[in-house]
Amino acid sequence: MEHNAWNGFVDGEWTTEINVRNFIQMNYHAYHGDSGFLAGATERTKGLMEKLRALQKLETERGGVLDIDTTTVSSLCNYQPGYLDKDNELIVGLQTDAPLKRGVNPFGGIRMAREACAAYGYKLSDTIEEYFRYRTTHNDGVFRAYTPEMKAARHCALLTGLPDAYGRGRIIGDYRRVALYGIDALIAAKEQDKLDIGKGLMETETIRLTEELFEQIAFLKKLKEMAAMYGYDISEPAANAREAMQWTYFAYLAANKEQNGAAMSLGRTSTFFDIYIERDLANGVLDEIGAQELFDQFVMKLRMARHLRTPDYNELFGGDPMWITESVGGMGENNRTLVTKSSFRILNTLYTLGPAPEPNLTVLWSKRLPEGFKRFCAKVSADTDSIQYENDDLMRSRFGDDYAIACCVSAMKVGKQMQFFGARANLAKLLLLAINGGTDNVFGTQVGPQMGPMEDEILDYNKVMERFKLYRSWLCRLYVNTMNVIHYMHDKYAYEKTQMALHDTNVERLMAFGVAGLSVIADSLSAIKYAQVKPIRNEDGLIVDFETIGDFPKYGNDDDRVDVLAQDMLHEFIDELKKTPAYRGATHTLSVLTITSNVMYGKKTGATPDGRKKGEPFAPGANPMHNRETNGALASLNSVSKLSYSACMDGISNTFSIVPDALGRSEDERISNLVMILDGYFLNAAHHINVNVMNRDTLLKAYEHPEDYPNLTIRVSGYAVNFCKLSREQQREVILRTFHEAM
Amino acid sequence: MEGRVSSFQSLGTVDGPGVRYVIFLQGCPLRCKCCHNPETWDMHGGTVYSAQQLVERLERYRNYFGETGGVTLSGGEPLMQAAFAAELFGLCRERGIHTCLDTSGCVLNADVERLLDRTDLVLLDYKQTSEPLYHDFCGMHMAQADAFLDVLERKRIPTWLRQVIIPQINDSEENLERLHAVANAHCCVEKVELLPFRKLCETKYAAMGIPFPLADIPEYR
Repeated sequence: MEHNAWNGFVDGEWTTEINVRNFIQMNYHAYHGDSGFLAGATERTKGLMEKLRALQKLETERGGVLDIDTTTVSSLCNYQPGYLDKDNELIVGLQTDAPLKRGVNPFGGIRMAREACAAYGYKLSDTIEEYFRYRTTHNDGVFRAYTPEMKAARHCALLTGLPDAYGRGRIIGDYRRVALYGIDALIAAKEQDKLDIGKGLMETETIRLTEELFEQIAFLKKLKEMAAMYGYDISEPAANAREAMQWTYFAYLAANKEQNGAAMSLGRTSTFFDIYIERDLANGVLDEIGAQELFDQFVMKLRMARHLRTPDYNELFGGDPMWITESVGGMGENNRTLVTKSSFRILNTLYTLGPAPEPNLTVLWSKRLPEGFKRFCAKVSADTDSIQYENDDLMRSRFGDDYAIACCVSAMKVGKQMQFFGARANLAKLLLLAINGGTDNVFGTQVGPQMGPMEDEILDYNKVMERFKLYRSWLCRLYVNTMNVIHYMHDKYAYEKTQMALHDTNVERLMAFGVAGLSVIADSLSAIKYAQVKPIRNEDGLIVDFETIGDFPKYGNDDDRVDVLAQDMLHEFIDELKKTPAYRGATHTLSVLTITSNVMYGKKTGATPDGRKKGEPFAPGANPMHNRETNGALASLNSVSKLSYSACMDGISNTFSIVPDALGRSEDERISNLVMILDGYFLNAAHHINVNVMNRDTLLKAYEHPEDYPNLTIRVSGYAVNFCKLSREQQREVILRTFHEAM
Repeated sequence: MEGRVSSFQSLGTVDGPGVRYVIFLQGCPLRCKCCHNPETWDMHGGTVYSAQQLVERLERYRNYFGETGGVTLSGGEPLMQAAFAAELFGLCRERGIHTCLDTSGCVLNADVERLLDRTDLVLLDYKQTSEPLYHDFCGMHMAQADAFLDVLERKRIPTWLRQVIIPQINDSEENLERLHAVANAHCCVEKVELLPFRKLCETKYAAMGIPFPLADIPEYR
């Protein structure tokens, strides 16, 4: 391969094979300085942003959805080109023909599309309804194959948030490939792969893959056609920075038009773009103001992405998130940092465009990152509460140095690994189910081995654990089987053609399981072990409450007696999951992540031995339960950092809120101390942290007067949200969380 | 040996440089009017720990200390358990953990000298700058603080002078000038920190059923 568009680039393996990582390594310029070089927003950016804000305001006034196209099925070429302000947009392309107008995507499930329209006062068109009478959706397929036991576990919220009614998401296409190689080269490579497979034995897997390749190629062609509708020919590689961003964005946009996945993450693009920007700067065709403007316009497009969701969905994933996660920074395998000036530029959009939840800016942290970048990150965190941090050292050793985060905490090698997303199992409910011997004490559902409630006057730790292990192994098997059904059907009826076309043909698959209620079960088991827990029974003999006498160690205080209970739980859970093979040879992984569903999980779970009352929220992700931390912030972080990433390769989410005063007296001290905290936390092998530097008072004011805080952004659980877009219930839970204010 | 600990704060950012693990020792002979930790007064309260146990606990936080942070021993008055504190700081020194002592300087004896020999930084709470007020405010004499400061000077221990600035009591220009003069007269003083008067401790006083002496004085905004 050779192109004029590659003039000035250093060649390498990437010129003869599809290898974006090699291109980056051969061509990027690491940056070790501070943020002094950054430029502000241009008038053109400000003008566009003003238009966008006006539309966002209108969207809020209309109950969260500006408009819906109810007559078109969302796909790459089904809408006429749309613009925010055609003359001033440097990067173009919208999901539908108008900004913030949502499309319908019934391939995951027609019922969800129908209900989502209805919830906002629209009606799905008869044509679409008619068409999908003859077309099987992912949702149809799944429910044909679900067993009664799977339905029961789903019904009583033991397994929840399963991606069985909409796009599974969490797949990151290597959108950069379109910019680097152009569509034609990608099509040629896929055609070659298809030919090669045809030479071997045709059996279930190869036939399926061959059909998938056919679809991938068809959709690469559609992607080219979609770009042509906007006046761009993307057959060939991008020739400058603006084209590189435009080509990449077209690819991402195509994925979004095709799929309404829960998380539609972007990958790791800023250092890739930096190579084009540096070349343009060197050629004198771009300056710093222009470079920032490109990032601003690119990010603005990401902020306009929307999917149509039902109110049920919003209960799980509050705030209308898309998880357009962009992974920034990190170190190379050769110990050279991957931080470039563009790592700064993309974070700088939080100033030039103002704080916002999307894209989900994720800094890959290592103690060895350049000091200037670390300090800039800490400053941005303190100023905007909009970024999260993940341990690059932990992930690089497992995923290399060209991985990215999908959704909140799920690492995968870009273009080489994909994930089957698997929601989560409710550990606290599982404990109650075990104690009650197979009857759910909230729904009355009988599920799992039937052995009747425990009859002890005081719960005995060993007896409880014996039962719990039995139910855990039963649930893990059921959980893997349920996931296998879901992903078989998703591949069959809602395969991600665009995104998978931007992966290697022989992709590695991960199946990502999850748990919720970790701190609740750790503290509950600690109570049973170290205090006296007396079950309280209802008239049917079902245990519905507990009287806990005496004190017990609580997770979040760096107390090994209880922290080890949480650690063991995760190791045993993943070991148990691995006993049941996963669909398509996928590798089992586990996460401790709840998004905002900790509120809903709590609502559907009875009282627990740790003193949590029936219906009360869980702590999010791997967080200790609110306000049970009595030894200060670092003790809390130490408890979380003990959870082992080797058991939880799909990530361990922790959300940390601290008041500014507790970080130090001056801004300079606060920045230095936050850097120290991040260094220490990640040296302790912790995986993830959301950082909020704010006073609870601000949230209370926003709760009372949302109109005064239209842009208040906070990190919640692996993502950031606009506080005012959360439900009242979710807002109250966020306000109740621990704010470290030690002085 | 063993000592009495009132509480721990794993993230301290305002008691010494960088990120610090703060150990509040139990027991204090003074009764400063602005005291934030009345629960530490009782000489017999708190929880008993050995110095070895404490240093093991500190080890868990080393990764946060970086090149600037470390342990701060506060209270209560750490000098009341000087021998214990000296052992702890000795163990910290062996491990390269930066040691910081937050004290009023109200005790001087051989144990205190040993403690100071193992201390990297002293935060000396120089409570007032004139004698009747000093004694009236906290129960110790300014001469004691001056004597302590002379020892720090002789031992060349880096020192930060700290004073809580309270409206109507010591928020005068003259006080600041006198404090400045004290600092200038001692080469060991690296920094003077003026701490704004806060009333976050009022809930503690209420819970203990004792009046907060400065309840009528407003906080700084």
